[in-house]
Amino acid sequence: MARRVPAVVPLGRDAPSRFLPWVFALMVYLAVLALTGVLILHSAVERWQRGEVGTLTVQVMPGPEGSEAARMTLVHIVLSEIEGVTEIRVVPQSESLALIERWLGVGNVPDDLALPRLIDVAVAPGSGLNAESLSLRLKASLTGVSVDDAKEWLDRLADFGRSLELLALAVVILIGLAAVATVVFTTRMGLSIHRDVIELLHLIGARDGYVAAQFQRQAMLLGLRGGLLGIVFAVATLYGLRHVAGRLETPLAPDIPVAHWAWALLAAVPLVTALIAMITARVTALRELAKMP
Amino acid sequence: MGPEVLHDVSFTINSGDFRYLVGPSGAGKTSLLRLMYLAQRPSRGLISMFGSDVMVARRKDLVALRRKIGVVFQDYRLLEHLSALDNVALPLRVAGAKEAEIQTHVSELLAWVGLADHIHALPASLSGGQKQRVAIARAVITRPRLLLADEPTGNLDESLGQRLIRLFEELNRIGTTVVIATHNKNLVARNPHPVLALGSGEIYAEDLDGKAG
Repeated sequence: MARRVPAVVPLGRDAPSRFLPWVFALMVYLAVLALTGVLILHSAVERWQRGEVGTLTVQVMPGPEGSEAARMTLVHIVLSEIEGVTEIRVVPQSESLALIERWLGVGNVPDDLALPRLIDVAVAPGSGLNAESLSLRLKASLTGVSVDDAKEWLDRLADFGRSLELLALAVVILIGLAAVATVVFTTRMGLSIHRDVIELLHLIGARDGYVAAQFQRQAMLLGLRGGLLGIVFAVATLYGLRHVAGRLETPLAPDIPVAHWAWALLAAVPLVTALIAMITARVTALRELAKMP
Repeated sequence: MGPEVLHDVSFTINSGDFRYLVGPSGAGKTSLLRLMYLAQRPSRGLISMFGSDVMVARRKDLVALRRKIGVVFQDYRLLEHLSALDNVALPLRVAGAKEAEIQTHVSELLAWVGLADHIHALPASLSGGQKQRVAIARAVITRPRLLLADEPTGNLDESLGQRLIRLFEELNRIGTTVVIATHNKNLVARNPHPVLALGSGEIYAEDLDGKAG
């Protein structure tokens, strides 16, 4: 078996070699979470903008006692005759009460509070149905009916989501810049600590590229080691979040990305970190070495 | 810029020469050697080596010049974390030699300087004389055109010192130019070669007949 050639510049014994993997691990952890946030927001914003949620809510105002069932039946009949309506779900009164209870507290809702009945209506994409047209159709048959379109506030939500997306991207970029600054600092420190060794290497005919290669190899190894550590913690965190998010029964709950490309992108973060560390170390070392005799 | 260490120094060493550089401590021998092994450039003056003007040579061009020079440092300058073999192999690795060749050549040379049993020893476990021999092996492993040695026999006993001078003379016979800085008058007397005498930062005597001592 070939003998392993030892590192010429003993960078592995320096203090930065001990703490740098942990710094990289933290950076990769934060970057992966921020990037996941970007992916989640991106897919949610896309979904909201596509109108995938596509649900209109019909409110049937309380009427004279005993007329509610008849009014609900009539609304149901009218809705089922409208082309483009794909699903009609009468929201149980208990569900409406539960929504109110979130604000008023359990047991604080008066028994005689007149609540409107709600009907969720799913419409086919491209059917042209919206809150206004559906409202007109319903009002032609009965009064005390209104239609809410979730899209309006979803659009506002999408704007907010896009802002958060940009913020998360900025965080990823800042983490990258912090990684670069850390590598620049530790490379300069390494050059300073091992100045004697480097001078000797120059005197026996080493090119700057040979010396820089020592630093870039070490930075790459530390970046990779820290990056792998970071991604393991990040994936564990994401699985935990996914489990929690899975328990939220709402169509608005964001999906933790499961697409292969999304996971591949996240898995690439440690590799990109190692690459950034390697290139930064090389460039820094070459610039500093050029100042030596 | 610090005080001027060397001044009015003018000499020529031809290819194939063997010279001693003598002088008392503080005379400037090490400073002159530093200029000769291109650790630094003079603040003024002219140094021409292997046909290149060192003063105007680009930094990257110094690499080729340095590879023609072997240096035995007074303080050895061995890398403490590397074995004797890896220290001696350094100039070859830096030059991109193949690992198989490196192992063979380095082992042979270490055996020649009497360190066959210490190939994998770290410098910390070697005596002063053994470290010096490792440093010498590292300086000659690439068969340099110019060999500069700063007090190379300082930590060797007389017989080993003589053996070392024989090695330098052997290298000189096959074309290596040798310059040895020493204050060991016995060494110079027993192995006569032309002498450059340095004092107070200037050359004060040049004995080309090798009779000084």
